[in-house]
Amino acid sequence: MDMIHNFPFFSILIALFSSTICSVLPGKIAKWVNTAVIIIAGVMSGTVLWYVSATGKCFVYLMGHFPAPWGNEIRAGILEGAMALFFCIIMLLCMWGGRKKLLEEVEESKHNLYYVLVNLLLSSLLALIYTNDLFTAYVFVEINTIAACGLIMIRQIGRTLEAAMRYMIMSLVGSGLLLFGICMLYDLTGHLLMSNIQEQVTQIMTDGTYAIPLVITIGLMVTGLAIKSALFPFHAWLPDAYGYSTISSAAILSSLVSKGYIFLLIKIIYRVIGFQVFRNSHIINVLFVFGLLAMVFGSLSAIKENDIRRMIAFSSVAQIGYIYMGIGLGTKVGMIASVYHILGHAAGKALLFISVIGLSDVSGFSRRFVDQTGAGYRNKIAGIGFTIGSLSMVGVPMFAGFISKLLFAQATVNNTLKMLPTLIALAISTILNAIYFMKTVIRTYEPKPDCQYEGIKIRQEKLYALTIVLFVIVNIALGMSSQPVVDAISVGLDMFG
Amino acid sequence: MGGNLLINYGEAVAAILFGIGFGNLLLQSNLIKKIIGLNIMDSAIYLFLAEKGYIAGRIAPIAIDNSPHVEDYINPIPSGLVLTGIVVSVSVTALMLSLTIRLYKRYHTLDLDEISQVLKREG
Amino acid sequence: MSRKKTEREYKRSFAYHFFRWLNGNEDPLMGQVEMKPQKPYQETPEEIRRKIRERNALFLRFYGVVKSREVRNFERVYKIASVIFCSILIALLLLTVSYLPPVGSVERPINNEVAQRYIEKGLEETGAVNIVSGMILDYRAFDTLGESHVLFTATVTVLILLRLDKKKDSKNSSPMERTEIDDQVYEPQNDAILQGAAFILVPIIIIFGIYVILNGHLGPGGGFSGGAIIGAGLILYLNAFGFQKTERFFTEKTYKWISFSALSFYCVAKSYSFYTGANHLESIIPKGAPGAILSSGLILPLNIAVGLVVASTMYAFFVMFRKGGF
Repeated sequence: MDMIHNFPFFSILIALFSSTICSVLPGKIAKWVNTAVIIIAGVMSGTVLWYVSATGKCFVYLMGHFPAPWGNEIRAGILEGAMALFFCIIMLLCMWGGRKKLLEEVEESKHNLYYVLVNLLLSSLLALIYTNDLFTAYVFVEINTIAACGLIMIRQIGRTLEAAMRYMIMSLVGSGLLLFGICMLYDLTGHLLMSNIQEQVTQIMTDGTYAIPLVITIGLMVTGLAIKSALFPFHAWLPDAYGYSTISSAAILSSLVSKGYIFLLIKIIYRVIGFQVFRNSHIINVLFVFGLLAMVFGSLSAIKENDIRRMIAFSSVAQIGYIYMGIGLGTKVGMIASVYHILGHAAGKALLFISVIGLSDVSGFSRRFVDQTGAGYRNKIAGIGFTIGSLSMVGVPMFAGFISKLLFAQATVNNTLKMLPTLIALAISTILNAIYFMKTVIRTYEPKPDCQYEGIKIRQEKLYALTIVLFVIVNIALGMSSQPVVDAISVGLDMFG
Repeated sequence: MGGNLLINYGEAVAAILFGIGFGNLLLQSNLIKKIIGLNIMDSAIYLFLAEKGYIAGRIAPIAIDNSPHVEDYINPIPSGLVLTGIVVSVSVTALMLSLTIRLYKRYHTLDLDEISQVLKREG
Repeated sequence: MSRKKTEREYKRSFAYHFFRWLNGNEDPLMGQVEMKPQKPYQETPEEIRRKIRERNALFLRFYGVVKSREVRNFERVYKIASVIFCSILIALLLLTVSYLPPVGSVERPINNEVAQRYIEKGLEETGAVNIVSGMILDYRAFDTLGESHVLFTATVTVLILLRLDKKKDSKNSSPMERTEIDDQVYEPQNDAILQGAAFILVPIIIIFGIYVILNGHLGPGGGFSGGAIIGAGLILYLNAFGFQKTERFFTEKTYKWISFSALSFYCVAKSYSFYTGANHLESIIPKGAPGAILSSGLILPLNIAVGLVVASTMYAFFVMFRKGGF
């Protein structure tokens, strides 16, 4: 067996182990450990991706001495490797971009605990990506939830504490439903490993013995994960959590944590339930409808918002709606579009959060929309980053947002029933997006002659500038080289089945 | 409606308890009551799992001789899952309680909606 | 023939003292126990007035809130929606339960080859008499590794929320908050009944906890339950004798290093076992004779590690809730 087969396991375990080590280190050293761990995990995931695409076959790795269905397993294919690599890159950039803010907003004595939480979050995300076992997935979902809650409330102001509480309540509702669903599925199939469950599910569907409980079980699991990833009616915690936590946390939460749950959902759809079974159940239509509602209402709430960070947070609600709408279309093209949108949105939204903090810092630390007048001149690099992020979110060609919208539109063509509502919602949402993002961009570049705020030179914040440049590169690369990415996603989805 | 509702009365109780805990978590405005609801919900899941492992007339899965037979013991897997679940529930409860302590110290109320209103008024 | 006792003899007898003690006329501990009356608690009128003012301000700030009509309507809608959601959920779950295979029968899908191998081969493959222990610490060890890290994550978040930095907090805070912090730090002590009971119970509880941990692979028990028992013993000790006694052997540093070394050991040991398993290498860890206390490979040391983590974590939770720091 090749050494590379060990890499997914190593990357999960290094992140877990480093979190334990960081708990006894002072904050300054923990910072370097954290950076090193993210880079190592990223390199390993990249190697896995390269290896899998070179051999063209996914591989299964035993966690212990016992093969399936007795022991635990992890599994790596193209999509897993690509997601892990991408998540590592985004996480590294988010940590760099928010480092200065972190020093200001979090107590000195708690810095190392922050890095402990980030490491735990990284390991749980990697485990969610690679796992081949439903109960392991549940355990790591809980680590993910608790660590994310810690990231929200580490900046201890009233708003974040309240948001953390609301986040926990909603997440626990979701976890409860997910766990109940997993237990029922275990009762119906007698297995916890994804591949074994799928065999049994196929058999159940041909025999028709437990058809009704199976549909309800699928419903429970899908609802649980949808609640955890803040689908439209369950998004009440989101604006405060993203809007007031320290900026690295906000970027990580919006771009990675909710995406981790969605990726797990896609994995469950393909690897546990089977795409055909899922498409024939009516749950898919429910997801579709809520996705459409989220697209429209998320954008409407964002327009009404006066606070610039909360506005970006509400935009996340709309973007998560896009992803669920793509899953709800029930075609492979729709699924590819959703996965692509996960990537595109993660890159764009993290860039927006990181750059908006630069804008509001040169506007007297105000978050109000009107105070941002001319901020793009005072902090040039943040202004550029915000513009690029907005263009990507709105869906201007060259950037990632455009490609995913194009893919969504293509995906509807074969589905006569869902085509019209999808296209209408896409159009409305795009217009609304354009309104609130463009008005902000124009506002930041409106000259303000008698300005009392001081500007910031790039020389003063080298790391921050570098982060934004890298983010811009990621966004443009995703948008320009979309064809290889889409092909890879398509091959990866085939490997799932 | 299938025919096993009365035979599976233990699981039915678990389902009802789950709903009660779920409702408490959503409806109660008092944070402590919410946490109690969460614990009811988790316990319902453990009851559900314990019901699954049970096989009439068999003993707990602790081997009594050197060559155990599957006909003598109940299913060990649900017991293991319950163990894992309990640890998760303890951790989550500790986190929720400490969040409640912090919120109470700052706002002198346990009502989450009141806290939100104060926050909104303070801007 | 019994002779009549003189009064002087009677007053020295056990019965005399016993009945006097029973009637409440005598206290045998009088003069032998150090009894310090509490210092009278005095506050200057200035302080009292300031506290009243603060309290009133708080009440105005929090209870003067009148819910607007929109909020009330939203609450009503939210409540109705929640009730409907819960009722539908219960109905659906009951419907599912009515279709599930019957409880207690052998012909359920879960009684398949997986459970069979755990039971029939478990003793041979893991060396653990307790099949559940063998299952969670060997067959499905990755779950359990995650589970102990869930506990670790929760401790980290509790530390973030509740750890007080005393120097900083005591300066710039209102008198009411300061009294609260003082309340957390100083506690009532010298409760004779509690101390007497704890003196007897704490060693028994802790020894029982150690037994449960060490016996985890042989019978009911294991790291988590044993650790929770030891944690309870430590908490009882703390409540009886106060922080000054416990701080002699358990400080934040102790906690940090115990949990660090136990979790690292867990991680390293399990990585070794996963690595050898996946690469089909021979593991050097001996299994031992089933039923002996030193048997079952890694399960016993892992149980000890989990027990240490859980005991110190339980104690740390209590201390954080009670005082906000060790």
